[in-house]
Amino acid sequence: MQVSIVVNGEQRTDEVEPRLLLAHYLREVCGLKATNIGCDSTSCGACTVVVDGLSVKSCTVLAAQADGAQVTTLEGLAGPDGELHPMQAAFRAEHGLQCGFCTPGMVMAAIGVLADNPDPTDREVREGLEGNLCRCTGYHNIVRAVRAAAQAGPAAGQVPQAQEVQA
Amino acid sequence: MRGHKGLVECASLATTKGWRMSILGTRVVRTEDPLFLTRGATYTDDLTDDRLTGALHATFVRSQVAHGRLLSVDTSSALEAPGVVAVVTAADLSDLVPLPPPFPFINQAMTRPWLASDRVRFVGDPIAVVLTEERYQGEDAAELVVVDIDPLPAVVSTAAAAADEVLLFPEAGTNVMASFGEPAAADFFDGCEVVVTQAVVNQRVAPVPLESRAAAASWGADGRVTVWCTNQGAQQARGQLADWLKIDPDLIHLVTPDVGGGFGAKIGADPEYAFVAWLAKHVGRPVRWAESRSENLVGMLHGRGQDQVVTIGGRRDGTVEAYSLVFDQDCGAYPRIGAVLPTLTMLMAPGVYGFPKVHAQGRALATTTTSIGAYRGAGRPEATAAVERAIDLFAAEIGMDPAEVRRKNLLPAFSEPHTTPMGATYDNGDYPAALDKALDAAGYADLRAEQARRREAGDARQLGIGLAVYVEITGADNGAGTKEAAELEVHPDGTATVLTGTSPHGQGHATAWAMIASDQLGIPVEKITVVHGDTDRVPQGGGTMGSRSLQQGGAAVHQAAGELVELARKRAAEKLEANPEDLVVDLGLAGLAVRGTPGVGVTFAELAADQRLLVNTVFNANAPTFPFGAHVAVVELDVESGKAQVVRLVAVDDAGTIVNPLLAEGQRHGGFAQGVAQALLEEVLYDEDGNPTTSTLADYPFISATELPSFELVDMATPTPMNPLGAKGIGEAGTIGSTPAVQNAVIDAAAHLGVRHIDMPTTPMRVFRAIQQAGHIAQQEGN
Ligand code: FES
Ligand code: FES
Repeated sequence: MQVSIVVNGEQRTDEVEPRLLLAHYLREVCGLKATNIGCDSTSCGACTVVVDGLSVKSCTVLAAQADGAQVTTLEGLAGPDGELHPMQAAFRAEHGLQCGFCTPGMVMAAIGVLADNPDPTDREVREGLEGNLCRCTGYHNIVRAVRAAAQAGPAAGQVPQAQEVQA
Repeated sequence: MRGHKGLVECASLATTKGWRMSILGTRVVRTEDPLFLTRGATYTDDLTDDRLTGALHATFVRSQVAHGRLLSVDTSSALEAPGVVAVVTAADLSDLVPLPPPFPFINQAMTRPWLASDRVRFVGDPIAVVLTEERYQGEDAAELVVVDIDPLPAVVSTAAAAADEVLLFPEAGTNVMASFGEPAAADFFDGCEVVVTQAVVNQRVAPVPLESRAAAASWGADGRVTVWCTNQGAQQARGQLADWLKIDPDLIHLVTPDVGGGFGAKIGADPEYAFVAWLAKHVGRPVRWAESRSENLVGMLHGRGQDQVVTIGGRRDGTVEAYSLVFDQDCGAYPRIGAVLPTLTMLMAPGVYGFPKVHAQGRALATTTTSIGAYRGAGRPEATAAVERAIDLFAAEIGMDPAEVRRKNLLPAFSEPHTTPMGATYDNGDYPAALDKALDAAGYADLRAEQARRREAGDARQLGIGLAVYVEITGADNGAGTKEAAELEVHPDGTATVLTGTSPHGQGHATAWAMIASDQLGIPVEKITVVHGDTDRVPQGGGTMGSRSLQQGGAAVHQAAGELVELARKRAAEKLEANPEDLVVDLGLAGLAVRGTPGVGVTFAELAADQRLLVNTVFNANAPTFPFGAHVAVVELDVESGKAQVVRLVAVDDAGTIVNPLLAEGQRHGGFAQGVAQALLEEVLYDEDGNPTTSTLADYPFISATELPSFELVDMATPTPMNPLGAKGIGEAGTIGSTPAVQNAVIDAAAHLGVRHIDMPTTPMRVFRAIQQAGHIAQQEGN
């Protein structure tokens, strides 16, 4: 079947198997390998991307279900000149990543946390990220990064493609 | 609470540093991160290498029965399925011999088949492999392989294993893989006023690096194979592949892409990695394999798994006179690193205490479960948990504050090596200071007062305060000695390359090793590239495990930088027609200048333009180091539901000199979380038939952000004399201290209700039962 999806601001049309997961679509069809797959029980959040402004675990969605949607992955966050998104910058400054495997999903989920609540407390960040597992950081610096990003203003809770789509 | 200040002095560098403040000890953000945060890291399953074009996907068919005779494997329907190129079973493996046990002291009959031929020994034991064009096709076809197994009784506990009624390897004649130590003398506790004994379970947990296992292999026309796999040391993995496949190591090019966490479970190679290389040869096409999480939770090594009995005896004034630790190590079905863990647990049995008499004895046993390997701390957390529990039990028995009992028995501060009754030689330490710092930072007296208030008031949420003081061993001889290699080259364009045999998987070596080189050369960190994990470029190396990297690999980079300066000095002397002794490193110049005439000199880059400026060196630490610390955990326990929440974790972790506090703190945070996880939540479970009941992340209670507090870190740095950086290991300490601190805190929260011990994980059900039982006993005693 055919799907039309805007991925990181770029309109794409692809032929896919009906059972293809969005996570696999992004990795195998689009070649966007930042989005990781850490489980087979929708538990880890490593696959989190933003779909139409909401953070979503891309292993819980079929590519077919994303037909017509706008999807943003980690690769779609930085500016064209390489300028880091405020959430990326905060993760770096606060050492919010170690092995990096949870990071793409964690960053996208964190953007979702700030979209819902622009100035969360530590506890609210922890609750917002409950579905995103990290084995390396003990979450300590991730929480700090999200709170630091919140101080950078509303852009930290948004993905850039919300504004513009290139055909 | 968060100690950010304090640049750590590094006396040995003072001569070359000049006026510039050292970069060592500063919070340099990682050079790895821009790529990780914009494109993502490249893990094994992300590879798009040309050599893997047209690769087949391997899918393992694994046993769903814990123990049984394998009667038949029917691959006929699977072979008909779409996309299937081959289905391989034991019958196809005539050129492979079963894998021998990894250590000579293990019962040598306990060999591991590549694919089960006549017997399966755990749920997850590989039976067949399906090779398909597409990955999804593999999952479909694997289900069509029909396996007939005649079940045998499972051996799930160490007690059942020790009974030797059902044998995993009948030819071995026993389930005992190895035994260590002797029983204690009959009079060991004679003369003690008080003796307390307790059975303590250090439960089996799953390491769960977020990246599961993956490998890919491609044979070249030159007869060499390139193997990509996720691991903690490419050189060791290559050695194992060569050994197992009986091929010349020079024919293997092993590449470690970015690695999504290891925690000990990715030390060396797994047989699956070697098998992927064999399959690629067998079918004449590249092959790749990436396991699912549910495959990972049964197929990858587990950690811990000790059944211990602690006995502690002493005087009512709080002095401990004798301590004994006797335990069985569950090793799972096939011997891996788990079989050697008892030696580390025994070595570290007395921990930080100066007990006059110490006894330890351990046994390694085979069970019909997933094999046990190293997991963050590997053998040392088990020792620390045992002794820290024993101290608390002793304190409770004599009615003394556990902090006081610890103070009475800690070794006094020492700066000369101290050898323990178990034969470990600690480099240096100040355990009483660590404890005092932790208690001060936690506000111990206030916490006890608040606890008393809540007890008095009969609050539903009781406070528990748990202590642990630990010492651990890092950079121990991992079979390859205590040495590490480094190569350092400065290029004519002013950049430099460091080649290291360590193998980062989150630790930040690219940043830290660059800092160490920059410190002596003045070349900025951003201009230094760190290369690792490629056996063609770095043939020698010990990998990253046992918290060895900085104290051996980092020290090797430090040594290389020193040697490079000396080489440059000779060449610069000729070039400048100066006396070598008159040349000093000018860090601003990134070169050498004539003393007293600033600006007159030559850069390392200019020297490199004349002739390659490169050194190769091996640093040998000759001995391990012994980091130490003290943790205070505070929990709130809902006595009605039994649910405990860690509300504070205050930690002193002394790892000697810190090269980059940002990275060291990150290591501590991650370690704390894994410690809290074991103390409160995580456990791998099997039913009585040996079926795993925690084989997905929906069932395995992996700790999440909501179950943890933000941590309170206290600085303490006692440089070790064992390496010129003064650094001890920091990778595992956090786990070693936090696990018993949290367990002790949960028990402490219910101590006033008569509870003396609760095994980990201290789940609400366990805590609830312990409280009920204590109440029951109190009632009976009252009657
Ligand atoms: S891969 Fe784990 S939740 Fe999607
Ligand atoms: S950084 Fe490794 S899992 Fe989060």
